[in-house]
Amino acid sequence: MQEELFTSGRNIPNIDPSLEVWHWPIALYLFLGGLAAGILFFAALFYVLGKDKEYPAAVKKASIIPPIALSIGLLALVYDLTHPLYTWQLYTSFRIESPMSWGAWVLMIVTPLSFLWLFGYYREAYAGVESKLKLFKRLRFLNNLERFVIANRRNIAYVLIPLALVLGVYTGILLSAFNARPLWNNAILGPLFLTSGLSTGAAAIILLSKNVKEKHLFGKIDLGLIIIELALIAHMIMGYYAGSQVQLEAVQLLVGGEFTLMFFGFVVLLGLLVPATLELIELVGYRVPVIVPAILVIIGGLVFRFVMIEAGQLTRYLY
Amino acid sequence: MTTSRRKFIKISALGLGGLATTSGAFNLFGMNPFFEKTVKESIARKFVRSATYCEVCFWKCAGWVYTDEEGEITKIIGNDDDTHCNGRLCPRGTGGVGMYTDEDRLKTPLIRTTINGEETFREASWEEALDLVASKFQTIKEQYGPESFALLKHGSPGSHLEHLFKAYGSDTIAEPAYAQCRGPRETGFGLTFGSWVGSPEPTDIRDTKCLVLIGSHIGENMHNSQVQEMSDAIDKGAKIITVDPRFSTAASKSDHWLAIKPATDMALLLSWMHVLIEEGLYNKKYVEKYTTGFDQLKAHVRTNTPEWAYGITGIKPEEIRKTARIMAAAAPAVIVHPGRHVTWYGDDSQRGRAVAILNGLLGSWGNRGGFYFKESLKVPSYPHPEYPKPRWGWEEIGEKYPFAQMGITSEVVKATIESEGNEHPVKAWMVAGTNLIQTLPQRDKTIDAINALDFLVVMDTMPMEITGYADVVLPECTYLERYDGIRSATNRTPSIAVRIPAVKPKYDSKPAWWISKQIGERLGLGEFFNYDDYEEVIEWQLNKLGTSLEEMKKIGVKNFDRTSGPLYLQEDQDYHFFTPSGKIEFYSQQLANKGFDPIPVYTKHPEPPQGFYRLNYGRSPMHTFSRTINNPHLSDLKAENTLWVNPKAARILKLKKDQEVWLKNQDGIASTFPIKVRITERIRWDSVYMYHGFGHNEKKLSRAFGKGVSDTEMISQTAVDPLMGGTGLRGNFVSILTENPHKKAEI
Amino acid sequence: MRYAMVIDTLKCVGCSDCVVACQTENNVPHGFCRDWITEAVSGTYPNLELELRSERCNHCDTAPCVRCCPTGASHVVEGGIVLVTADECIGCGACIQSCPYDARYQHPDGHVDKCTFCHHRLEKGQLPACVSVCPTKCMYFGDVDNPNSEVSNLLKNRKYKTLAPEAGTNPHVFYLI
Ligand SMILES: Nc1nc2c(c(=O)[nH]1)N[C@H]1C(S)=C(S)[C@@H](COP(=O)(O)OP(=O)(O)OC[C@H]3O[C@@H](n4cnc5c(=O)[nH]c(N)nc54)[C@H](O)[C@@H]3O)O[C@H]1N2
Ligand SMILES: Nc1nc2c(c(=O)[nH]1)N[C@H]1C(S)=C(S)[C@@H](COP(=O)(O)OP(=O)(O)OC[C@H]3O[C@@H](n4cnc5c(=O)[nH]c(N)nc54)[C@H](O)[C@@H]3O)O[C@H]1N2
Ligand code: SF4
Ligand code: SF4
Ligand code: SF4
Ligand code: SF4
Ligand code: SF4
Ligand SMILES: [Mo]
Repeated sequence: MQEELFTSGRNIPNIDPSLEVWHWPIALYLFLGGLAAGILFFAALFYVLGKDKEYPAAVKKASIIPPIALSIGLLALVYDLTHPLYTWQLYTSFRIESPMSWGAWVLMIVTPLSFLWLFGYYREAYAGVESKLKLFKRLRFLNNLERFVIANRRNIAYVLIPLALVLGVYTGILLSAFNARPLWNNAILGPLFLTSGLSTGAAAIILLSKNVKEKHLFGKIDLGLIIIELALIAHMIMGYYAGSQVQLEAVQLLVGGEFTLMFFGFVVLLGLLVPATLELIELVGYRVPVIVPAILVIIGGLVFRFVMIEAGQLTRYLY
Repeated sequence: MTTSRRKFIKISALGLGGLATTSGAFNLFGMNPFFEKTVKESIARKFVRSATYCEVCFWKCAGWVYTDEEGEITKIIGNDDDTHCNGRLCPRGTGGVGMYTDEDRLKTPLIRTTINGEETFREASWEEALDLVASKFQTIKEQYGPESFALLKHGSPGSHLEHLFKAYGSDTIAEPAYAQCRGPRETGFGLTFGSWVGSPEPTDIRDTKCLVLIGSHIGENMHNSQVQEMSDAIDKGAKIITVDPRFSTAASKSDHWLAIKPATDMALLLSWMHVLIEEGLYNKKYVEKYTTGFDQLKAHVRTNTPEWAYGITGIKPEEIRKTARIMAAAAPAVIVHPGRHVTWYGDDSQRGRAVAILNGLLGSWGNRGGFYFKESLKVPSYPHPEYPKPRWGWEEIGEKYPFAQMGITSEVVKATIESEGNEHPVKAWMVAGTNLIQTLPQRDKTIDAINALDFLVVMDTMPMEITGYADVVLPECTYLERYDGIRSATNRTPSIAVRIPAVKPKYDSKPAWWISKQIGERLGLGEFFNYDDYEEVIEWQLNKLGTSLEEMKKIGVKNFDRTSGPLYLQEDQDYHFFTPSGKIEFYSQQLANKGFDPIPVYTKHPEPPQGFYRLNYGRSPMHTFSRTINNPHLSDLKAENTLWVNPKAARILKLKKDQEVWLKNQDGIASTFPIKVRITERIRWDSVYMYHGFGHNEKKLSRAFGKGVSDTEMISQTAVDPLMGGTGLRGNFVSILTENPHKKAEI
Repeated sequence: MRYAMVIDTLKCVGCSDCVVACQTENNVPHGFCRDWITEAVSGTYPNLELELRSERCNHCDTAPCVRCCPTGASHVVEGGIVLVTADECIGCGACIQSCPYDARYQHPDGHVDKCTFCHHRLEKGQLPACVSVCPTKCMYFGDVDNPNSEVSNLLKNRKYKTLAPEAGTNPHVFYLI
């Protein structure tokens, strides 16, 4: 028999559980970051492609989501810091090797840009709101700002495309950079989280879109993304199986442990396979209310983050 | 492994679009100009240090207590000049701070009272409490004589009270460190070498070539310099042989671990003697010069062959022969350790004898790497009138046991229960520094005795179980807050150490010397306490010893030169042992005269009945008995004990790791609390093991209450040593219950 | 100069003195610890082996905790000691997630804390508190860059291992076996 235990110190209540230092806000933060990245990516891309008229939800309407998502995400992140009064320390330097630092800086740049992007379409996409608030009447300088944003929209879009991708990848890299947590330490996590973020972004666009063509296109895009995501998940799991003992133990949490129902039930089945099937059925020509797969995808994306955060922190190198 | 540093960079590079360059992690960040704030603080802090010696166990290591500017104790470290610790305290000594900071401490004197028909304690002033205690001393004296007031004590407070009791006229004094601890080995060694082993043990472990541990689990038993020297011995390549049914820490450091069947050590010891003698390996010169009774011994052990012992102990004959030869090769630099807590199976003095005889055969007593000739300094006693002579005392109470040399706690208990019509009726107790409820076996007897008492006063620092039975509770301050007697213990060289209060007593607690003096004065014994502060006593004594309080405050410990002669026997030195024959007695006429076996024999001890496991227990290295379980530092290290169960037994009982179980012993006593299971190969399939001291059932101990099971609670059978009255504790058997046996009672 | 700790598992008895000494020396709050003891048992009764190890931050050469820290609170100082500056630390936990040895904890005050190799004592020429208290003297501390130091000699002459070498962190706490 092999037995390994803490003789002292570590087996006291405050120590071991305190290794689970990340809680739901981090999962939410990663989810919202991915969602925002997806929407911003599509918005900027379709704008650059000159399709803003054809796909108004993607380029204009959905732009309400990223600033809100990123703001809530940032709040959630700060909420989970244990020394939040020192948050400003994040911006006293840029740590090239720290994904956290990267994330902080990318958010620092993307969040204002997302506000600008929304602002540029505010009067156009949300005319009803403006007629009530009358912001432009009350704050004169907004007119100048709007003119500036519209004039520079193309430049902003060019910046946003790579930044949105970086943001999307970052949500995965933040975890995979931690080689101390065997479940996270998998190179696939970056692309996987990016794909998942794009997919939730596409789903959100479907939800906001009133335009059949747009819904249809994003249904197709989403289907493609889901297929890629499934492939990446399969790859991820195979990666664990090909990995070290600790990774083998880690993957047990997903395939034969505490998180199996959450992972295979909510993420893979309800969050990916079911919506993919529904979208496929719709594509073939049957009538399916597209909001169903869209909502499933979004919920699946959220649960995925929770599972990865929770399960990942249970996995470790020693003991 | 796939998870390598190289892969890590690859991942980052992938994720960050090639932006992550291979910047050297170190020079990138370089020296940070700011120190950690806390580090800065602790550099800035000014500490004052004062001398002490530790009271967390009875090794009495000398140390320094550090107090910060706010007068709070921050740490305690060892005194470099002290031979008990060599500058390094053990975990309990280091954690001694917690004895002082524990917020559950006794804070004021308490007096038992009845409110609404329910007994409870009320807080009282010292004046009132001491008046009450003194009046009881007076009534007991008048009604029965002072002898009927017994003192049960342990540790430093005991010596102050001993003085009070002797002045008062009572010598009815006992401590658990005798009949529940090392009494049998002192008797065994006393009968053989004419000298006690004593404390600290004069084992020359530092220079030994072979250390044989019969159960002594040094390393878990953290008696400090012994642990240190065992480590030195490992470094020097000494052979270590451990005899233990459990894979103790010491066993894991040993060259030979003899996994003996419990309760059969005597057979192994006799067969070792057999091998040494039959193979002619014993130390012939030494045996010839210093011992008597060899021929009888030789005849006695002729049939105790390793093959015979194998059938009893389960240890293979070749292992027995091999280990005997290793000992012989190392002799005389070999130690067959006498052990310390040796009250096991009732024939413990005889086992002590067997260990002593083995050492005699090897010639280790008085030789380098064996047992050195210890020496201590005599501290002159502060002048006081002669003590009155009691009519009877501990000796009379224990007269059934001719070789008892100290008070037998369990006999005091008996004399209390059967006080009516008894020649030696015990009617009142003062208990100080011993938690009898967790310390004495047969708890129901202890409680019966307490119920039979006219009066019980307890002096303690903590609200331990025993205080709950008291009529009056006197809160003593901790060792860090008081003066105590000068420490003078036996060692290679004599030394003294002082205990100076590092801080003022917390709450309304007082030192034992003050309490003794207060009671004494109320009894008209003022001339026995002819000082205002104990400091005066120490100062007077130190001056007599050629030093001063001032000097001792600065150095803490003073070492002196030996005056009793060399540490070891000289070549061919004539030496008179303090036995009747002046020799090491392999054959004991003293024993024969009293009708006992003059040479030890093997007797079989009870074995666990079907469905029961032998209850084995021992020390947790980070705790001392029951006294430290509530200590905030030490409870951080280990908050509860676990029940060690062999995987084989666990399989049969379908036990899982960390599952909570209850124990029920052979007499149907069920444990009050549950204990978590630890499934481990370190314990035999027929035994279970747990650390002693846990399972407190005093609610006022906020950290210790209900944590684990008390081994003492399960020890309702004792095998009494007919020579000296020691209570053998290791003959108890428990079954394991997976359901709470108290559930029904609660509903 | 490169500090390292060498711990002789053949002598360690798992008494945890090093843990309490660290707590009182460094004012580690109750319920937390910078070092701890691991016990590993292998074999079947009575053929058994037991290893006791005092563990703590390994002051890794390639320290993922330092790399991951977004503020620079985790940093390396002279001698390869990894430290955390309390008032630069935001408590993001990235370093905790990145340490393969679980050597860090969140201090109740918010910042992250861990073993400092008793940096403040080294500055005064003293050994780390845990090393200086260990009753079995099984802990050694010194400069591995100096080939004549005690630690260098031990590593030269004895068999040793480090923990989780596969994590690629190049730890600087060595275990003699
Ligand atoms: N940390 C710590 N150290 C202490 C103390 C403490 O409270 N805490 N107390 C001190 C005191 S007062 C004392 S008396 C000593 C006691 O310390 P020791 O004298 O070392 O104690 P023992 O009870 O002899 O040893 C316990 C060992 O005996 C083994 N054992 C059980 N049954 C048998 C048997 O039948 N045969 C053999 N050969 N071995 C058996 C157990 O498995 C266990 O390993 O410790 C001292 N040191
Ligand atoms: N079941 C079982 N019983 C045993 C043992 C065992 O292993 N198992 N071991 C036996 C051995 S070897 C021994 S030596 C005895 C030890 O027996 P005890 O000495 O009774 O052991 P403790 O449980 O530590 O009780 C010490 C008491 O003294 C108090 N105390 C501590 N410091 C001070 C102080 O400075 N002043 C005062 N006034 N009180 C203080 C504590 O709060 C506690 O109540 O137990 C024996 N009994
Ligand atoms: S051995 Fe430990 S507890 Fe006992 S006196 Fe020494 S330091 Fe104190
Ligand atoms: S103090 Fe020394 S012997 Fe005790 S656990 Fe720590 S390293 Fe081991
Ligand atoms: S052990 Fe952990 S905390 Fe210490 S330097 Fe290595 S990675 Fe960092
Ligand atoms: S918790 Fe503090 S030390 Fe750790 S990575 Fe975050 S900022 Fe750095
Ligand atoms: S080196 Fe200092 S900080 Fe590190 S574990 Fe030892 S005592 Fe604690
Ligand atoms: Mo004892």
